This record gives sequence, C-alpha cells and structure tokens, in this order.
Amino acid sequence: MSDESQGVGGLTYDKSKRQWPNELNVFGALILIIAIFEILGQVLPYMNGQSLLFDTRDRFDSIFNEQRLRIIIVQVAIIGIIALGVTQVIITAGIDLSSGSVVGATAMIAMSFAQVAEVNGNPNPKAIFGEWALDLPWLIPVLVGLLVGTVAGIINGILVAYSRIPPFIATLGMMLFARGVAQWWSKGNPVSFPTESYAKIGAGMMPVIIFLSLAILFHFIMNYTVYGKHTYAIGSNEQAARMSGINVPRHLVLVYVIAGMLAGLAAVILTSKNLTAQSGMGLTYELEAIAMAVIGGVSLFGGRGSIIGTVIGALIIGVITSGFTYLKLGAYYQEMALGMIIVGAVALDQWQQQRAASRS
Amino acid sequence: MSDIILETKGLTKHYGGVHALEGADFVLNRGEHVAIMGDNGAGKSTFVRQITGVEQRTRGEVIFNGSPVNFAGPLDAREAGIETVFQTLALADDLNVPDNLFLGREKTKLNWLGPFRLLDYKAMREDTMAGLVKTGVKIPNIKNTIANMSGGQRQCVAIARTATFASKLTIMDEPTAALGVQETAQVENIVRTLKDQGESLILVSHNMRQVFDLVDRIIVFRRGRIVANLNKSETDGNDVVSYITGAKTGAEFEGAA
Repeated sequence: MSDESQGVGGLTYDKSKRQWPNELNVFGALILIIAIFEILGQVLPYMNGQSLLFDTRDRFDSIFNEQRLRIIIVQVAIIGIIALGVTQVIITAGIDLSSGSVVGATAMIAMSFAQVAEVNGNPNPKAIFGEWALDLPWLIPVLVGLLVGTVAGIINGILVAYSRIPPFIATLGMMLFARGVAQWWSKGNPVSFPTESYAKIGAGMMPVIIFLSLAILFHFIMNYTVYGKHTYAIGSNEQAARMSGINVPRHLVLVYVIAGMLAGLAAVILTSKNLTAQSGMGLTYELEAIAMAVIGGVSLFGGRGSIIGTVIGALIIGVITSGFTYLKLGAYYQEMALGMIIVGAVALDQWQQQRAASRS
Repeated sequence: MSDIILETKGLTKHYGGVHALEGADFVLNRGEHVAIMGDNGAGKSTFVRQITGVEQRTRGEVIFNGSPVNFAGPLDAREAGIETVFQTLALADDLNVPDNLFLGREKTKLNWLGPFRLLDYKAMREDTMAGLVKTGVKIPNIKNTIANMSGGQRQCVAIARTATFASKLTIMDEPTAALGVQETAQVENIVRTLKDQGESLILVSHNMRQVFDLVDRIIVFRRGRIVANLNKSETDGNDVVSYITGAKTGAEFEGAA
C-alpha cells in the first residue's frame, strides 16, 4: 500500500476519490421510489394492501404484476427512444428542444406515405396524395420518417456547430418551425388509415423491443467507439477537444442528426401504434425526454451521463406515472411530483459538481 | 541527420504596428534543454506561438528536423512531432488518463466503420503505461477521471502525452505557474526524466531556480528580440536578471535592443 504514494512525480491514488458509478445512484433512486409506492400501498387504508409491481392476487404465473410492468415500459418506450438521442446531445453540453415538434412533423409526413387505398371498399377519405402514394410498402414511410428527422437534425447541427447559435435558441426555433410544418401539412386534419404492414411496426410490445435494442446499440456506441469518446470529450472540454484535433463542428452535426433520426423513428412508431397522425403529436415529448436524461444522471453541463442512466430515468418516470394511477391520485399530483424530481436531480448534480471541484 | 532539431531564422511577428517578435535567430540541438526567459511582453510566448503554428509568422523561417516547415495550426505541429504543454490545460475532465492521452488520435479497430470505429482500449492502456514508465509518472489507477486529480497530477498527465507519442520536441509554456511546491517538484522530476530520455525541450519559465536546475542553455528575450544566449555553466542568476532587465546585452546581439 505504501508504494502507492511513492515514485518520481507520482500520481497517488486516494481511495476517498474513488469513483462510484453514477448509474448505481440512479438505480437506487428507482428502487427507493418503488419501495415508497409499495409501502404506501400497504399503509394507505383505501389501497387494501395492493402491490404496485408484485402479483398479490395470483393472476399471473410469476411473482410480478406483469400487466403493470408492461404498461410501465410501453408508456415510456417511445419517448425513451427520443431520450436516447437527447442524452447524446446533452452530453455534448447542448440541448434539443425540437424533438417533440419533429415528432409531430414527421408523424404527419411519414403517415402520408403509409395510407391504404381503400377503407371498407371506399377510397381512403383521408388520403393526402394521389394514388401513387397509397398502399406503399412499409419501408417507404419508415425511410421518409428517418429522412425528415435527419433533415431537422442537420439544420439543428449546422445552426449550433457552424453558426455558433446557442443550442437552446437553435432548437427552440426548430421546435416552433417543425410544429408549424405539422399543422401546415394537412391544414390541421389528421392523416389516418395506415397499411396493415405499417401498423405492425408499433403494435404490442414492438416499441419496447425497438427501444431496448436501440438502448443497447447506443450504450455500445457511446462506450466503445470513437464517436462516443469524442461526444464525451466535446461536452467535457470543447477547447481541449478542438486542440486535440477533433473536428468539433462536424461531430456536433452528427450528434444532432442522430437525435433527429431517433425522433423521426419515434414518430413512425407512434403513428403506427395510434393508427393515425395528428399535428399535435409529440407535444412536450422533448421535455419528457430531457427529464428522463436528467433524472438518469446526464449532466446539463455536458461530459457526464450514460445511456443506461437514461433508460433507468425513463423507468423512474414510468413507475411514477403508474404509481400515481395505482394510488388513485390525480394527474396533477403526478406532474407536481415529476417537476420536483427533475429539479432535485439537477440540484444533486450541481452539488456533486461543487463537491468534486472543492476536493481537487 | 544533423544535430539541430529546430532552427529559426529572422523569425518576426507584428501585430499591426506592434513588433512583438523581431528577427529571432534560434538553434536547438537534439536532446538539448533550453529555457526561454524574459519579462512579461518580451516575446517569449509569441515566439512559441510561431513555432507551434498557433499563429502565422510575419516573416522568417522555421526549420524543424532538417526541413523548412509552415504549420497551419497546432495540429500540424503535433503531427510533425512538436508536443506543447499549454499553460491552460488541454484535458477533458470527465475522461480518464488513456482517453486524454489519446484524444483525437485514438487507436482503433474496424476502421471502415468511420466515426463508429471501435476503440482499442487495450493497446491504448498499454501505451499509456509505457509512456508513464518513461516519464516516471506513477498512477495506480489510470482509469480515474482527470476531474479527480490535483493540478500537479493533471500537469503530469499533460506532460506524459509527450512521452507517449515519441515526439521530437517538447515545448512547455510555464508548466508550473499554477502549481504548489510539491507539485512543481513532481513536474520538474518528469522534465529531468525527459532529459535522460534524450528529448529536446523548450521551457518557458519565470522561475530562475527551476531554469538553472533543469536546462543546459538560457535564451533571454527583451522587447521582442533575443538579447542573450547563455550556457548555464557560464552564467548565474544575477547575470540573467541583468539581461532580462536590459542592464546588459549579449556581445553578439549588440544593437539589437
């Protein structure tokens, strides 16, 4: 042990400064929140000893209440996909306020290429384009959706990286613009009646499967590729990244493009699941996605955070939403609680930053 | 190959009407450690910035490793083999030691994946350890992030970069200006190790004791010009101070300042 403090110009290892993976804290918070709901379920007289996550009435083969677990994860999966991209943007010390509106615009545009020709023997009353755009294979609307998201991402990225417009303003502009596009597209009318193959994309547990697959993919990318390393480096110290030879503007555009593509994909899944596209779709999704990332330990100052953290953050939001319904408390309380948790998560991050700064 | 690693001829930099650097002739031999001293605004940093490509010179020639060079930026200089340890540390706080050493020039696998090519963590870790051994820096846990290290430790990491990348010339711009006594000693130890390794070094410093401790030769700048070129063995602190303040001017530089 004494050897650790010796050596020429040595860097000594101080155990008090050992690092504790932040994801464990977030996971602990998830367990804590579940525990609180379980205890309330036992304590509150009107709950009759119900459990949030466990099967107390032998309705299922497992010990868990599978139905509720499924609801929890399905309801966060689509916004969770957006949050995967938002996480990367926030790690570069940026922010993406446009993702919810990009979902709205992409939903309208992609759905216009996914419509069937005939509804109950009559021509599709909601058809946006002529016959050429009806009964297309499912891949075409998916590609259109990804393309629209990519275009929004390129514009965001160029504004932030090359025009040096603060990310908050650049993506605020895109947020308003994309919502305008969504409303202009069909003059506010919904776009409905998708093809059968398109409707399968978001059916059942598909959103969850897609969300978790993408989470694993991006977890790998953020930790084991040059892209991930440079994303963290830019958020950590942009000047150092630049001096190290990283093409910072080009990398930032790529990050915003990935975020835009994920928003586009979320729109495809959402419209497929709901079998319709409306111009108001995705409203406040950007804020919920940011909330998932922030609760999951992604620092708004950049450089810190992880995909795993964001996935746990999404689960925390899912559990809270389900938990309030389970406790038969109104949606107002739920939003108040979420508001407090988000502020609390950022306050905790601030406090940790300051403590780390004062220690070194 | 000649013995000269770096040579400047008539290196000049004007900022508008301000003559920050005027006709600097400078020679650095392989394996030699040279200090650059001078008062604030004497042209030390300007001189360094012209060599490292941070700024473009007004006139003059820079010959590095036998051929004239014209670096478009600090990256070009680094590619050519000039490593600079800046006064402001260019480290990413949230990354660990190997990540920082290899930032921007990562070792990778499956390069056809473009920006998503895989990092070769193992090779980078091994090279980092080799570089640290070379500089005598001991880090029990190189996986710790820079944020958890003291100023001296960070500076050690920044300097260890030079050893990891077989550089031909290291330039340090006041590497200990912001450090405490013990940390300064750590950094000085590393500089001595570099000397033993045969690394060429330009050290910009205000610290007279440090300069006499570490280098072979002292160059003094005053008002944008080189006014003295002194072998350490033939001079002392008072002598250097009189050159810095202008009480004396080197014989071969008469009429320069």
